[in-house]
Amino acid sequence: MKEVIIFARAGQGAITSAQILGSALVKTGFYAYAFPHFGAARMGAPMNAFLRYDEKVIRLRTRIKTADYAMVVDETLFESQNVLDSLKNNSFCLINSQKTYSNTNGKKIISLPANKISQEITGRMFANTVLLGAFCVINNDVKIDLLYEAMKERFKGKVLDLNLKLAKEGYNFAKNLLK
Amino acid sequence: MKQFLEGATSIAKTVALCRPGVIAAYPITPQTHIVEELSAIVANGELKAEMVNVESEHSAASCILGAVATGVRAFSSTSSQGLLLMAEVVFNIAGLRLPVVMCCVNRAVSAPINIWNDQQDIMTLRDAGVVLFFAESIQEACDLHIQAFKLAEDPAIMLPVIINIDGFVLSHGYEAVEFPSQEMVDKFLPPYNPPFKLDPQNPLTFGALVGPEWYLETRYAIHKTMLDEVPNKIKQIAEEFTKMFGRTSYGLYEKYKLDDAENIFVSFGSVAGPIKDVVDSLRERNEKVGLLRIITYRPFPQEIGDILLKAKKIIVLEKDISLGATGALYSDVITSLYISAHRNKVSCLPKILGYVCGLGGRDISLEEIEDLYRKEDLVESEFVGLKKENLGSFI
Repeated sequence: MKEVIIFARAGQGAITSAQILGSALVKTGFYAYAFPHFGAARMGAPMNAFLRYDEKVIRLRTRIKTADYAMVVDETLFESQNVLDSLKNNSFCLINSQKTYSNTNGKKIISLPANKISQEITGRMFANTVLLGAFCVINNDVKIDLLYEAMKERFKGKVLDLNLKLAKEGYNFAKNLLK
Repeated sequence: MKQFLEGATSIAKTVALCRPGVIAAYPITPQTHIVEELSAIVANGELKAEMVNVESEHSAASCILGAVATGVRAFSSTSSQGLLLMAEVVFNIAGLRLPVVMCCVNRAVSAPINIWNDQQDIMTLRDAGVVLFFAESIQEACDLHIQAFKLAEDPAIMLPVIINIDGFVLSHGYEAVEFPSQEMVDKFLPPYNPPFKLDPQNPLTFGALVGPEWYLETRYAIHKTMLDEVPNKIKQIAEEFTKMFGRTSYGLYEKYKLDDAENIFVSFGSVAGPIKDVVDSLRERNEKVGLLRIITYRPFPQEIGDILLKAKKIIVLEKDISLGATGALYSDVITSLYISAHRNKVSCLPKILGYVCGLGGRDISLEEIEDLYRKEDLVESEFVGLKKENLGSFI
């Protein structure tokens, strides 16, 4: 079983991201269970979306304490939410940042300027979708084509086009970065 | 094809397939998404129903009471304080023998205010004459809604049914869910056609005043239906459902690895999932352990005592407590065991350990569940994961 935590503020699309990722994994043939945890349950408050996936049915429903993968949509949460403590040794963390972070205990931290990429394409900050595209590079279980499929089921029209573009940018950026 | 969807959305889509004519909505976390989605389905013209935005849960329950009394299938859902505000009306719904179906997204009860999951809210209506189902997964929650309408509306039953799902864990969780076609649901669930209804052409009185010479019998009638008719009908409907939709529906309870089990967990709701994980892990280490998962909590299945009588140790785990007494399930299990022992002339009862967990959304880990399995001391309602440092000024 693999576990993913998305660190975000309420309103930054963490639940949508977990749903799209889970949907893409289900299309690949995995079982998946995604769920949110709200702190203050207010827009802008720190929150988490969790995702588990496995080859067998998932019955465990507790919060994920340490994950194999993390995505940090809002950089300010990296320290305040102790993201490093929420990662297993030998894990990956994608962070929406222009800074470089050092790896510790096999916790690989990969920075992407997701806000910048999103702003250039959409004029707004949809960092979560950029990170989703990049996630398909660091994790071979989820294929970018199936991520696009999952997005097509979730969005329509212009919103879909922009999301597809953002995911593709994130994917290409990570591919170049990790070449 | 399976869709990876939120529990609340999945339940709304399933309820829409059951074609209710009236839906009453009053928002309360964590139930809100169900009526929100249903309202979208109605607004999009996918379901022909009257969506009534009411001003309180008391009105929501009254609205569906009225709708069903006139012969229209109706639905509402609520949580926590909302359910408490409905309580008075729900007792009426049962007494009027109206087959209302509702979803209770289980949440802790104030004060202190807490929006997270436990199963305390529904225990308030335990004795109302409502059939109570508890779902373990989102798929099961959906499947139980379809069965609930069929059960409630059966002329031999005519009682309300509430499907309980754990707040956030299932309501806000996403799982791959399979939806039946409209044709299949229509075939399984014919239109609601009650023998008696409010109709100006044929005036009848519902819920008249009765004196001491009649009331006792009305209560007995509900009790008798609960004991004699409901369990068999649930089994029959579950079998029919399994055959028709190709997904196992267990009906009254699920026996998980019980065949040779000496130690048996008893629980309900989504916490049964992690308990199954613990059972599997203990089985790998040759421990003879299983889980008896209660799906139908009211009526309480009479076989429970017989099933548990052969166990050495029983561990009851539940997310509710009758403050000042014990957990509700714990007392039901003991009663059932005692009756069964008496009937079977068995003088030695298994050891029973009662635990209360997860109140107000507190997580319970696999390690904690396994620790409970290792314990031998008799406890009535021990709180799992109690933080002594938090008790401070309370005690």
